[in-house]
Amino acid sequence: MIEVNNLLFSYPKDNRFILKIKEFHVEAGEKVAIIGPSGSGKTSLLKIIAGIIHPDSGTVHVGGTALHELDDPARRNFRITRIGFVFQELELLEYLNVLDNIVHTYRINPVLTLNRQARVRAHQLACELGLGDKLGRMPSELSQGERQRAAVCRALLPSPGLILADEATGNLDPANKAHILDLLFLAVQQGNTSLLAVTHDHELLPRFDRVVDFLSL
Amino acid sequence: MHHDFYLAWRYLSHHRTRTLILVACLSLLAILPLALHCLLAEGENHMIARAQSTPLLLGTRGSALDLTLNALYFNTTNPTPITMYEAERIGQTGWADPLPIYVRFRVRGQPLVGVTLDYFDFRHLVPAQGAMLAMLGECVLGADAANHLGLKPGDSLPTTPENLFDLSGVYPLKLHVVGVLAKAHTSDDQAVFIDLQTAWVIEGLGHGHAGDKPITQVSGLAFGQADSSLASAGKLITYTEITPENMDTFHFHGDPSSYPISAVIALPRDRKSATLLKGRYVDNEASVQLIQPLETTSSLLDTIFKVGILFDGVLLLVGSATLLALGLVFALSLRLRQRELQTIFLLGCSRAKVLRLVTAEIMLIGLASAMVCLILAVPVQNYAGDFVRYFVMP
Repeated sequence: MIEVNNLLFSYPKDNRFILKIKEFHVEAGEKVAIIGPSGSGKTSLLKIIAGIIHPDSGTVHVGGTALHELDDPARRNFRITRIGFVFQELELLEYLNVLDNIVHTYRINPVLTLNRQARVRAHQLACELGLGDKLGRMPSELSQGERQRAAVCRALLPSPGLILADEATGNLDPANKAHILDLLFLAVQQGNTSLLAVTHDHELLPRFDRVVDFLSL
Repeated sequence: MHHDFYLAWRYLSHHRTRTLILVACLSLLAILPLALHCLLAEGENHMIARAQSTPLLLGTRGSALDLTLNALYFNTTNPTPITMYEAERIGQTGWADPLPIYVRFRVRGQPLVGVTLDYFDFRHLVPAQGAMLAMLGECVLGADAANHLGLKPGDSLPTTPENLFDLSGVYPLKLHVVGVLAKAHTSDDQAVFIDLQTAWVIEGLGHGHAGDKPITQVSGLAFGQADSSLASAGKLITYTEITPENMDTFHFHGDPSSYPISAVIALPRDRKSATLLKGRYVDNEASVQLIQPLETTSSLLDTIFKVGILFDGVLLLVGSATLLALGLVFALSLRLRQRELQTIFLLGCSRAKVLRLVTAEIMLIGLASAMVCLILAVPVQNYAGDFVRYFVMP
């Protein structure tokens, strides 16, 4: 599913940070956790795999597509249709209610169509994630766990082939952490997708198929 | 496209205070010049209509504007009076009908206008209540004057003493209100009309006698009844009252041709008569002048409109400054929204799409402002005339 080779990346305005990865891969249907110290580049790796940022050199293949060869619009379209990203900061828009946040990707991207089918799936997902009665609420009216579930719901809506989760269970109580992870694992199981999650929660690690120490890459 | 407007609408409604302020600023910016032009146009119509219906005006030589404002709009600037002889002179030419008018006194703030009955026909003034003037000492009120004074037919209205220390003994005249005129939406609505002769009685040129003394009575307002024995106390306001019983004793001294009037409205029989009459008064040495109120009023309006253009210029500058300020506010708000914009970029939004979202927000604000302007434009256009009549040029 994911093939990363000889990756080199640095931020244009920060020469101190250089991400070097010789080889990294994730199989289809595999659930992989990445651990490592803060600031080591885990989030940057996820963003490169998602096509949000472009590597200086090296190759990145996701589902057989060579992301490093695509231009910005093509990478963006690939990300929207093939990758579900649960961001560390959740990135919910405060002026939209839960339902509008969940379908927001469909409103801002012409490659996705917000049709009846998508709306029904959004409702179903929200109900499965325990947000069925909170679709009209604003993000500020939700608990942290509910906000996290809304972000997961938004990531899962386009039925992605790959789910990237950046500290998706951070700042949650143990019960909510387990619940979020259950939801992600269920999505992997149902959709035959892969999961690559960055986490600091060591008690959750045994549930993953494989745990990768970022510093060893 | 509809998603852009939906998201813009959600954003604007979430930040409704900010949005309302922006809409209010833009609406004011658009409606102010419109309202100003409506008011100026209505003011022009209002003044021109009055001037157009008054073909020629004879008055003392001097400021034509003062003469016009006094005789047509009952302004407080009183030009030097002319004599009744001037009215007779116009009548004798056979070229025009004279309408003498005397606007010197004011009663409780309202202009007291001495006219002949022909004036009411000329201005198409008809009573809404009561009757027209029939005898000395009566008055009819303009519609607004009646409202302002709180009087109706059957009430009385003592005129205001010109000078509390007037030793010559000209007392206020107790006028009998016999009618209230229908609203004319002109200066006539503000006036208290009396017969010219009644005006001369107030002036002290005419009086009546009870026995061998001039008629005066003690104001019943002070004690509830008249008591002539109290008049000598000198502490009460005394007034003259003309009644059917004492009317026959009222008379005038001197030559009526020498009695004062403010102006004469001349109604020429035809165009040729008007030209001939104007020719009579071209002498720069004469003590009177014959003017065309339309010319004077147009000249005044030209000046007003020059001020209006200046005002437009100021509005344009202020408007441009406000638009720049609004642009700055919008630019700064985009900087404040960096976090949100970053989010939608992460969710896969292109820069072009962000531009479209921001454009949709601006369009919605503009649309809302346009709607507010349209809503405000209706009353501005409908009531500009009333506003001008009641507040600007009553």
